[in-house]
Amino acid sequence: MKIVIVDESPIRSAILEEGLREAGFTAVERLSVMQNLLQRIYAIDPDVILIDLENPSRDALEQMFQVSRAVRRPVAMFVDQSDTDSIRASVDAGVSAYIVDGLKKERIKSILDLCVSRFNAFSHLQNELERAKSDLEERKKLDRAKGLLMKAKGLSEEEAYRLMRSAAMRENKKIAEIAQAIITAAELFK
Amino acid sequence: MSGAKKHLRIGFIPLVDAAALIVAADGRFAADEGLDIELVREVSWSNIRDKLAIGLFDAAHMLAPMAIGSSLGLGQVKAPLVAPVNLAMNGNAITLSRALYEELFKEKGDPADPASSARALAAAIRAREAEGREPLTFAMTFPFSTHNYQLRYWMAAGGIDPDRDLRLVTLPPPFMVESMAQGQVDGFCVGAPWSSVAVDAGVGRILHFGCEIFARAPEKVLAMRRRDAEAAPDVAHALARAIAKAASHIETTKDQDEIAAMLARPDRVGVDAGIIRRTLVGKLKIDADGTMRENANYLVIGKAGALRPEAAQAVWLYAQMLRWAQADFSTVGVEEATRVFDADLFDAALGAPAAKASSDRDPGGAFDGARPVDDLRAYLAGFAIGCKT
Repeated sequence: MKIVIVDESPIRSAILEEGLREAGFTAVERLSVMQNLLQRIYAIDPDVILIDLENPSRDALEQMFQVSRAVRRPVAMFVDQSDTDSIRASVDAGVSAYIVDGLKKERIKSILDLCVSRFNAFSHLQNELERAKSDLEERKKLDRAKGLLMKAKGLSEEEAYRLMRSAAMRENKKIAEIAQAIITAAELFK
Repeated sequence: MSGAKKHLRIGFIPLVDAAALIVAADGRFAADEGLDIELVREVSWSNIRDKLAIGLFDAAHMLAPMAIGSSLGLGQVKAPLVAPVNLAMNGNAITLSRALYEELFKEKGDPADPASSARALAAAIRAREAEGREPLTFAMTFPFSTHNYQLRYWMAAGGIDPDRDLRLVTLPPPFMVESMAQGQVDGFCVGAPWSSVAVDAGVGRILHFGCEIFARAPEKVLAMRRRDAEAAPDVAHALARAIAKAASHIETTKDQDEIAAMLARPDRVGVDAGIIRRTLVGKLKIDADGTMRENANYLVIGKAGALRPEAAQAVWLYAQMLRWAQADFSTVGVEEATRVFDADLFDAALGAPAAKASSDRDPGGAFDGARPVDDLRAYLAGFAIGCKT
């Protein structure tokens, strides 16, 4: 069975491809560029096309399938044709499938379930990365505010931190917000 | 209603014609009806359709023809929908690249008259054919859309067969301007604000407002799954009322800036409030040189009975599908289509209109004369180009 993955995120499509290969689907191709998409899909002649739902080109792809004269015309996979829960879960995870006729339900289900787990794994990874990034930003902000306090009030690092922490507790705010306020104020006083 | 508010997840595409839905959800109108609306911004009409069909959305901002296509299972799996309220009429515009505009009107032709501009386009297409040049490419946003029907109706009136004489492609609205700038697209029909964006960027000139082709084309509806509306009609009623009240607020408020600011938010339409305000009042810059065009019916949200879904609108849309081979005629098809535009649901929520609209027999109001749709065979036979039943 030939599978094409259309995804603008190369990392995510690589994660999905790896999963499909592990599950025994060896004929997997990844397309990320939208140019000449239809010609490339027809050249591969896949049984299943997986597309990420953040992709605004999905409407264009659907129109091309509708007007194309190819015999094996892929249709958007849907409630009647397979397991509703799998489809709902895959759409919720952000991926949709187009299939050509004659494919067994069970095989589709296993592909969809795989998409769900891999897409969810990817967004989990992405969230972690975002969190790490914002933690780093926060730390930088804290250090800068600390430096400003130390300079303005002649405090030690420890004292500056304690001052910010007690202000945060008193005003029921996060310490990062206090740090931001100090930075903003310092810029205004410049 | 008392107690906890009913939570509804509603999908929308960032377009100004989602205004009534956005103002209902973000203003006080939904809460007044006991609803708590969570709006979800989507990137494609296919996503909107699928997420509504499988139950990830409770309702959606949807292309009016798409609601019929989904209910009839045209080019997609059949998922019966119903529209308790219309969201907008009109609001599109046909825009040409500067080069094509100049080619069309350098010698003669009246760019303000659709009949004349369509003939000018036909002449340009024949000239290209004779010179062996590449055919023109026009873009629209989805096959089941008024954009598609507006382009095709206008072209065919000038003697152009849109399936043979040029390329008609689907493009996501935010890609239109860039594709035109790169010369891949010579013209497009798209909803606000994307034509204005093309004008401001200096790559295109607005040729016609959608309402110059069809005076009152049903553009977007609020769509729900039919079985949900039947199981919980009170929710459909509350939603129709919240949207109708928001729509009339949009039409009557003195503070258009407030509405524009609400729509301009990055998680809503996400474009400049000034551009949104121009489209709301129907006053658009059509050329980078500052030429303006004004039409109060450019985008109709809540006035003149536009909110009420009517069977005649569905028949008219179905007629466009027949003409362009998207559907094969059947009496069941006509019945199914008319069930989507559910005036009964609307009337139950908001009360029946005092007088029946007089325009019922010709819901589209095309530029080239009245064309009643009560006899579909006669309607289709009246066109030189397109399918007959």
